[in-house]
Amino acid sequence: MLKSFRIGGIHPPENKLSRKAAITPMPLPEVVVIPLSQHIGAPAQAVVAKGDVVKTGQLIAQSGGFVSANIHSSVSGTVTSLDPVADAGGVRRPAITIRVEGDEWVDTIDRTPNLIKECNLTPQEIIAKIAAAGIVGMGGATFPTQVKLSVPPGKKAEYLIINGVECEPYLTADHRVMLERGEELLVGVQILAKALGVKQAFIGIENNKPDAIKHLTELCANTVGVEVVPLKVKYPQGGEKQLIDAVIGRQVPSGGLPIDVGAVVQNVGTSLAVYEAVQKNKPLIERVVTVTGKSLKKPSNLLVRVGTPINALIAYCGGLPDAARKVINGGPMMGRAVANLDASVTKGTSGILMLDEKEALRPVPGNCIKCAKCVSVCPMALEPYLLSNKSKRGMFADLEPLKITDCIECGSCSYTCPAALPLLDYIRQGKAEVMKIIRSRKS
Amino acid sequence: MEKKLVIAPSPHIHGNMTTTRLMRDVLIALLPAFIVSVVVYGVSAVIITAVSVASCVLFESLISRFLLGKRATIGDLSAVVTGVLLAFNLPSSLPVWMVVIGALVAIGVGKMSFGGLGCNPFNPALVGRVFLLISFPVQMTTFPTPAGVNALGGAVDAVSGPTILSFVRGALKGGMTTADIADQISYGDMLLGFKAGSFGEVAALALLLGFAYLLYRKVITWHVPVFVLGTMFVFSGLLWLIDPLHYMNPVFQILTGGALLGAIFMATDYVTSPMTHKGMAIYGIGIGLITILIRVWGSYPEGMSFAILIMNAVVPLINKYVKPKRFGAVTAKKK
Repeated sequence: MLKSFRIGGIHPPENKLSRKAAITPMPLPEVVVIPLSQHIGAPAQAVVAKGDVVKTGQLIAQSGGFVSANIHSSVSGTVTSLDPVADAGGVRRPAITIRVEGDEWVDTIDRTPNLIKECNLTPQEIIAKIAAAGIVGMGGATFPTQVKLSVPPGKKAEYLIINGVECEPYLTADHRVMLERGEELLVGVQILAKALGVKQAFIGIENNKPDAIKHLTELCANTVGVEVVPLKVKYPQGGEKQLIDAVIGRQVPSGGLPIDVGAVVQNVGTSLAVYEAVQKNKPLIERVVTVTGKSLKKPSNLLVRVGTPINALIAYCGGLPDAARKVINGGPMMGRAVANLDASVTKGTSGILMLDEKEALRPVPGNCIKCAKCVSVCPMALEPYLLSNKSKRGMFADLEPLKITDCIECGSCSYTCPAALPLLDYIRQGKAEVMKIIRSRKS
Repeated sequence: MEKKLVIAPSPHIHGNMTTTRLMRDVLIALLPAFIVSVVVYGVSAVIITAVSVASCVLFESLISRFLLGKRATIGDLSAVVTGVLLAFNLPSSLPVWMVVIGALVAIGVGKMSFGGLGCNPFNPALVGRVFLLISFPVQMTTFPTPAGVNALGGAVDAVSGPTILSFVRGALKGGMTTADIADQISYGDMLLGFKAGSFGEVAALALLLGFAYLLYRKVITWHVPVFVLGTMFVFSGLLWLIDPLHYMNPVFQILTGGALLGAIFMATDYVTSPMTHKGMAIYGIGIGLITILIRVWGSYPEGMSFAILIMNAVVPLINKYVKPKRFGAVTAKKK
């Protein structure tokens, strides 16, 4: 039987429309807007001024703290503005705007297709290179990778787990990376393992990608310490805690981190970026983005420079369909609705999804009939109906012992609810209130 | 530009499960038992069901419209389910006006007085049924004997008689042993529905078919029915092993009375059953124990309705104290 996480889960329609579309480099836009906060943690500090001429791959903003990341220019051209620009949610945030002029790269970057397997750097040197390249978790969480690789004193990493699950419906970017960039990806995995000092790495892949499983298993045959683990198709198999449970059978304790059970999880896209950073000196300036939707003319997987407007991606794939009523940055379960289509693709943009009217509008909620389906699908074994209800009534003090802070916001409860109650909306509010209570108690 | 985009938090897609779909599936699952009851009891089963359903729907819409001032919610089919379940718990000979009163109590008192769908602590159909049982004890315990079935014990006339449960109870209390009455009990008739009883509860096979459908459609999980019936089986089996001459065997206990209808369709009512699998187990075991206690030592021949209502009252307590085993509370599994 296939491995899987053990509690709850759902199986939404997969709709992987772009699974067969090879990764295509997207033509350069005329202007890129590169936000200074594309990661969790402190925003980066700009190190260029208006009017500066920059090359592709040049550092334009410096990491702003321990949990932060460097940002590099994804194009060559002239900095035209350092003013804040509206992000996908419509909120103005610090950004660097660059007018694109040609495509001249920083000359230390190796742009040849040669595969470089050998890596003689020490773990510290690898981590320093990853930090310099501004790599963050590319599955969507955008946590700075060098922080995740710095194991705190007293803890020990035993296993590296590579997340190739891609359990979100519609998204296929990681799938294509595994198929087309498998060899580079594997070198990246080995470099990550070396940085952590672990002997065993696993690549978890959902069983709806048999081609990727086969391809990587073949490549792993002559690699020591990397093993492909096929996983049952079940959402949220790619949730960090769920993936660890599925692959090594350990559950991260409530409030704990993966390192507490000896695991470090990295995304497939991140591993590829690590390969490019360490072996090719290439910072994180482009990524694979799935552009998809049932009415979209050409569902695609595009290699896109960070800072390219979402509009340009949609136009390249056939334009915004008439039927589309909602555009999502990410997948349909955990992605964020886009208010501003002029906003940029960032390091964490795994997909741009266009939903049609029928899917875009929420069903009208009814009464809770206590069917208990939310309880049985919750992968954290919480009681969504109770959390949502108490949160709605403002009974925030009750929510902490009910473990509301364990909620991973996967949306399985809202997806399943026959009464179409917006369970997760209320749980998010309650969670934020409980976090406030916890913070005020600490200070 | 441009058209307006919809903005909402995730998740952005919803499964195809709706309250109406779930209720429709329950109705479909009840269909086999309904067909058998029409075959066995004829047109009276149709009339009782139709009156019960129509009254339940009418009362719900009138109450929500004129007393609560809310939008009528009859579109979700929950009132139809209550109507069918109430009817299934009645003798087919019951006067129609009593059915209407039962529906009024079920919907009015059992459901709407608490705020409507999802708010009621007790199973509405059972509230209606027990109200009728206490108010009209004679009519509620006189059942037409299906044509072609031997009148039990020979002591009753051919058109109406007691249920097998009350017949057996009377016989055992009257000094007979299980051996004396063994030849008057046909397990084949029990499976097929040729026996006296509330008309929806008589056909064991049809009810089991409905159970299979509910499981297949994932409307309910197996926990409540299996724990109710399993507990009844084990408890009555122990009694039977101790004294087989004075206690009926466990198979008999499960195939008679409202055991299957109750375990599969009444005890599993979403609103009035627990939210966790562990809680469902406790609830199911409670119902099984109380049912057998009433059947063997109580003053009623059948205890399923009372057992479910009593355990309904415990459900809030179960939900408060029985929590799922949280993620991270499980120790590592062996590789």
